[in-house]
Amino acid sequence: MTHRPPAGRTLKVDALARVEGEGALYVETRDGAVVDVQLKIYEPPRFFEAFLRGRSYTEPPDITARVCGICPVAYQMSACLAIEDACGVTVGGPLRDLRRLLYCGEWIESHTLHIYLLHAPDFLGYESAVDLARDRRDLVETGLELKKLGNHLVEVIGGRAVHPVNVRVGGFYRLPTLRERRSLRGELERARDLAVATVRVVAGFDAPDLTHHHAYLALSRPDEYAVMGGDVLLDDGTTFPVADVPRHVVEEHVAHSTALHAHLADERGEYLVGPMARFALGFDRLRPVAREIAAEVGIGPDERNPFRSIVVRAVEVVHACDEALALLDAYAEPDAPAVEVPPRAGVGHGATEAPRGLLYHRYELADDGTVLDAVMMPPTAQNQPGIEHDLFHLVEANIDRPTAELTALCEQAIRNHDPCISCATHFLDLVIEEVGDDGGVVG
Amino acid sequence: MTAAVHRPRLAVWKFASCDGCQLTLLDCEDELLAVADAVDIAYFLEAGRPTDEGTYDLSLVEGSITTEDDLDRIRDVRARSRALVTIGACATAGGIQALRNFADVREFLSVVYAQPRFISTLDAATPISAHVPVDLELRGCPISKAQLLEVIEAYLHGRRPALPRAPVCLECKQRGVTCVMVAHGTPCLGPVTQAGCGALCPAYHRGCYGCYGPAESPNTAAMLVELERLGLDRDDVHRFFHTFNAWAEGFRDVPPPDVRVEIGGGP
Repeated sequence: MTHRPPAGRTLKVDALARVEGEGALYVETRDGAVVDVQLKIYEPPRFFEAFLRGRSYTEPPDITARVCGICPVAYQMSACLAIEDACGVTVGGPLRDLRRLLYCGEWIESHTLHIYLLHAPDFLGYESAVDLARDRRDLVETGLELKKLGNHLVEVIGGRAVHPVNVRVGGFYRLPTLRERRSLRGELERARDLAVATVRVVAGFDAPDLTHHHAYLALSRPDEYAVMGGDVLLDDGTTFPVADVPRHVVEEHVAHSTALHAHLADERGEYLVGPMARFALGFDRLRPVAREIAAEVGIGPDERNPFRSIVVRAVEVVHACDEALALLDAYAEPDAPAVEVPPRAGVGHGATEAPRGLLYHRYELADDGTVLDAVMMPPTAQNQPGIEHDLFHLVEANIDRPTAELTALCEQAIRNHDPCISCATHFLDLVIEEVGDDGGVVG
Repeated sequence: MTAAVHRPRLAVWKFASCDGCQLTLLDCEDELLAVADAVDIAYFLEAGRPTDEGTYDLSLVEGSITTEDDLDRIRDVRARSRALVTIGACATAGGIQALRNFADVREFLSVVYAQPRFISTLDAATPISAHVPVDLELRGCPISKAQLLEVIEAYLHGRRPALPRAPVCLECKQRGVTCVMVAHGTPCLGPVTQAGCGALCPAYHRGCYGCYGPAESPNTAAMLVELERLGLDRDDVHRFFHTFNAWAEGFRDVPPPDVRVEIGGGP
């Protein structure tokens, strides 16, 4: 080596643990100032948007589920909404309620996985949940029980926890039986109790100081804490239909990542999706029991410390349990498990709130239902610039701390956003339209 | 088990995949802590065990090989593992991303990425067994929790795990599920797909779509005739076989339709 290292420090985490997928962190400081922050994503590309071309419009729910084993329901739901939109069909009533019920299960299991197995060890000073269980077996067992109840909801409605088989364009293949619905009721009451207890536990965790000022973006509906459908809302009050997402969000391909980076098209730049954004923008539409526990532990819609996201996530689990109970109580069995969705030529857009934030899909169909073009914009792509921004400020404020400590703090800060890196590889490419028009695309 | 007894060292590895199969281990909510008592979960990035050093008694490998770096890594993993078990369709057959093997990967790159030069990828997504010897393959997209636990338990007791090789039809009969193909004329890959899911899809009133890959000696030719008789055209049949186990022997050779679909013109 002939060159001298710069008068500064380099923090490197080659393999980030406790995130879904594979990523690495690179932070460079010089003379007490941060000069570079890169959250590297080295998940190899899997080309979903390319091989969806030529498939039938009935296939994306099963195929896109395989983007992410942690939140397959989100992929299935965004795909269904986008395809139904292209075909001019709206699925409402009890079938929509069943979809929301299934989605509640995914929120419960995914959030609980993150809270107890991935994030809590950071706050309590353990390397992993297995290490945590040595001293606090009760705590980890509570988490596992709650996670199991969420998974069981997905299993009953969807068929299995990872890549459910019961979802189709137009609805479901089979409706849950009365007996299945009854068994869920008792379980969800138990889950709600565990979730309330979880909020109390995580609210007691010490949160390092950090305030972020990112724009928040989430789905919004007047009638519910939005999970499926509705309009897109920004925290400055701007609102636009889901179909306009491509006009408001610009993605660029950066060298250090197989994920594309998303920015708002206007001068506001980076933004955040996910629990903190939903909580800030939809607080008044949370179920009352969720608002009450939030008030009890002193967290509200003005929360701006990303290290408190673990509390927000726990409040969302309370909401999801209570909402699932309400949906079960109000359920009236529909005539058929699915509505007909005849194919037609057109473009459709769909967005739902994955546990990690807004997941947008767009499909262009031929008149026989063949997929001509597919676009997916997952939450982690949207959050990546915001995460890097958090890290920048965090390192700047803690520059005097020992390297090992600072590195651990950075890892914890990344996990504030529950990045799902396996989904972070399949994004909007504005060049797609031009390639499609040439006709020179994959056959 | 006392502390003096050597606990086998377990590692969980990830290549190109959705993480769903390794998540299945964390989804064993009732058994996870018991597993962690019985084996030393020495390396499992997603669960927060990031220190990879030394050798492992049992390696669970998720994902398919899609980059040059993957090739080096899997050889290294093999060299340091006493037993290597591949988990899930990506690892055993290449997974959904193996659809690239039937296409031109450079076109795929330009569809998804504005700057293809930033991306390093191989032309094909291939199963682990194409590169290193594999001791056992656990099928499924995703794998089954019960089968995963059976593999770990069998390993601990030094016996062969009991895994079915028969087709899904057998599980339908065992569960008393009405045959969706005979009773409702629903296309179903159950007759040529390996069991293990518990006949999940037929129990949910839909045809099997082949998550577990080809059963032992699948009669694919007869299946093609039956599917066409049920009204699927050759393009439908081709797509039916070409999903998560498209590159698996037995599904791979299903002929493409005579007439290729015209794509790109738009409405």
